[in-house]
Amino acid sequence: MKNNLIIGIRMTVVLLVLFMVIYPLSVWAVAQLAPNNGKGEVVVYKQNIGYSNIGQNFTADKYFWGRPSAVDYNAAGSGASNKGASNEEYLAVVQGRIDTFLLKNPTVKKLDIPIDLVTASASGLDPNISVASAKVQITRVQKTRKISSEKLNSLIDANIEHPFLGIFGPTKVNVLKLNIALDQLN
Amino acid sequence: MNTEIFGIIAMFLLTLALAIPLGKYISKVYGLEKTWLDFIFNPVEKVLFKLSGVNPEQEMNWKQHMKALLTINVVWFFIGMIIMMTMGSLPMNPDGNPSMSADLAFNTVISFVVNCNLQHYSGETGLSYLGQFYLMFLQFVSAATGMAAAVVVFRAFRDKTTTELGNFYTYFMKSCTRILLPISFVVAILLAFQGTPMTFEGKDTVTTLQGSSQDVSRGPAAAFVAIKHVGTNGGGFFGTNSAHPFENPTYFSNMVEMIAQMLIPFAMIFAFGYFIKRKKFSWMIFGVMTVGFLALTIPNVIAEMQGNPMIQKMGIDTSLGAMEGKESRIGAAATGYWSIATTVISTGSVNSMHDSTMPLSGMNELLAMMINSFYGGVGVGILNFFIFIILAVFISGLMVGRTPEFFGKKVEAREMKIAMIIALIHPFLILVGTAITAAMPQYGTATLNNPGFHGLSEMLYEFTSASANNGSGFEGLGDNTFWWNVSTGIVLLLARFLPIIGPVAIAGLLAQKKYIPENDGTLKTDTATFGLVTLTVIVIIAALAFFPVLALGPIAEYFTIY
Repeated sequence: MKNNLIIGIRMTVVLLVLFMVIYPLSVWAVAQLAPNNGKGEVVVYKQNIGYSNIGQNFTADKYFWGRPSAVDYNAAGSGASNKGASNEEYLAVVQGRIDTFLLKNPTVKKLDIPIDLVTASASGLDPNISVASAKVQITRVQKTRKISSEKLNSLIDANIEHPFLGIFGPTKVNVLKLNIALDQLN
Repeated sequence: MNTEIFGIIAMFLLTLALAIPLGKYISKVYGLEKTWLDFIFNPVEKVLFKLSGVNPEQEMNWKQHMKALLTINVVWFFIGMIIMMTMGSLPMNPDGNPSMSADLAFNTVISFVVNCNLQHYSGETGLSYLGQFYLMFLQFVSAATGMAAAVVVFRAFRDKTTTELGNFYTYFMKSCTRILLPISFVVAILLAFQGTPMTFEGKDTVTTLQGSSQDVSRGPAAAFVAIKHVGTNGGGFFGTNSAHPFENPTYFSNMVEMIAQMLIPFAMIFAFGYFIKRKKFSWMIFGVMTVGFLALTIPNVIAEMQGNPMIQKMGIDTSLGAMEGKESRIGAAATGYWSIATTVISTGSVNSMHDSTMPLSGMNELLAMMINSFYGGVGVGILNFFIFIILAVFISGLMVGRTPEFFGKKVEAREMKIAMIIALIHPFLILVGTAITAAMPQYGTATLNNPGFHGLSEMLYEFTSASANNGSGFEGLGDNTFWWNVSTGIVLLLARFLPIIGPVAIAGLLAQKKYIPENDGTLKTDTATFGLVTLTVIVIIAALAFFPVLALGPIAEYFTIY
């Protein structure tokens, strides 16, 4: 037993050096070659930077909106609603989001509202929406910006992120990048 | 929509294609045969063994193995308690996060020591980078502990009659250096290039396009997220685990993480076959596990892609599926697949919020952990499955009226008693834990996030996850309370070490027995028939133990919305 304890302590010290120092430092060293030196990918706008993987809160009519967030896009925390499918309080919240969306987008038919626009993401920081969710907002953005809907339509098409290798996974739009491109259009 | 289905088929097939050669490699590592990486690892390990004061050639019997295993785990626990309770004032804390309370530290350290990673804290605000790094260390060594224990079972069936089962420290060290470390390094690099941060700079503050201010947590996440999956640990760097866009930035990173977590559990099955020179036996095990896995996965993928009927009734476009608690870049199909992969193996990392999955998806996630041996965690999955094999051998033996034998060894009363205790302890911990908590509304109901049947599922999930050493959760549960921290902490300890000691003891006892050569009357354990018997045993035990509580939770919820 005593022998095991001494070996246990010595081996732990050896492995602490291996796994808490050598391993992370080697990964860190290689990550210096990664986008933005491993500090998180960024995009530039108006002399500011934003993290392209971290969603931002868009509420103004002139921007395309992202998904609802249970933590208001607080990226110093992250979180979801964790509401169950049968929870009536939750279903009322979803109904409320649908009503608000229809109010702000009076030309849109209810059946055309994609579900990702009225349900909260898992991280509360989802940077993406589906292509349909971007297109359903065209009329509103067009009215506030006075840009033709054809132009907005092709702007969205230009910002579509296709499935990985063309065959794996969903098609989507990065809301922050789309809105930056929108600002640059004016 | 089809691209989402292609994605999950590709993930499964790629895992299998990588696991077969890896299994062969793992078998060589534990068999101490030559491999092409010897030129690096031989000299390195020589130094590591010398510094640790270990003689790697010293043979141990099964009891000595278990003593060595338990002692070193105790060392990790005490160091962990010290770090978690003082890290607030130690270096590497750029965000100024506080130390943990005693009960939260107890729960956190135990849960990482036992490879569970039930996280009652949130990474962004609950840990310093030093704390994260110590937990990362535990992710390596807890995975290696499980693998070393599995190798003892491998050894017990390789030699005809023996008490010498190799050296614990050798198996443990080689699992770390030759298997976990290189694979984690590759995965970490892939993730870093996909956009997972690997930086020691703390939070950043940016101005959003709309002009408000946003704090963004970062950190040395890529290294952490890699071993979290490779070691089937599942503890996330950030609060929302692999749903967080830094922890899992793209669909490709999602595929990498998915393959990384299933790779070693698959490979260990094939390693077993190569090691004892019974490849067909590996395929029998793999077949049973895959049937079970698919039976749980396919309904989940379908249910999540179909979406929530209550929202469909509101008359909107639900063609994307059940998107509450899911991420757009991953999609409903890959999320449904992940929700079962992470629960059949004991990872417990999540790329969606299981609390918001459909009722029967939630049931399948629970069942995956209740059975806990369709693939299972690194090392321990095969130990759990071994218990079911022993039960199936015994029942088959009774049916044909012969003394049950397994690989030329008589399975007798003593082994059967151990197997039964281990098979029953898992339902016992889950059901008793849930029942006690449900009986005390001030500790149980008060912490729930959802009413009704789903609320019961939240409590049931927490104990199931703890007892399966899984670590995922119905995360709406307010689980950072004294009751949850301590009760699940105790469940974690029992549910980790007993299911390791039990199978190793059975294997050790069988290894000492006289070898009886196979003849015409011997029960063949590498056939589809035997596989079917094993599957039946698993289904019967799970159904009898868990059906009543599932009927009160997810099944009842299903009927309220469909």
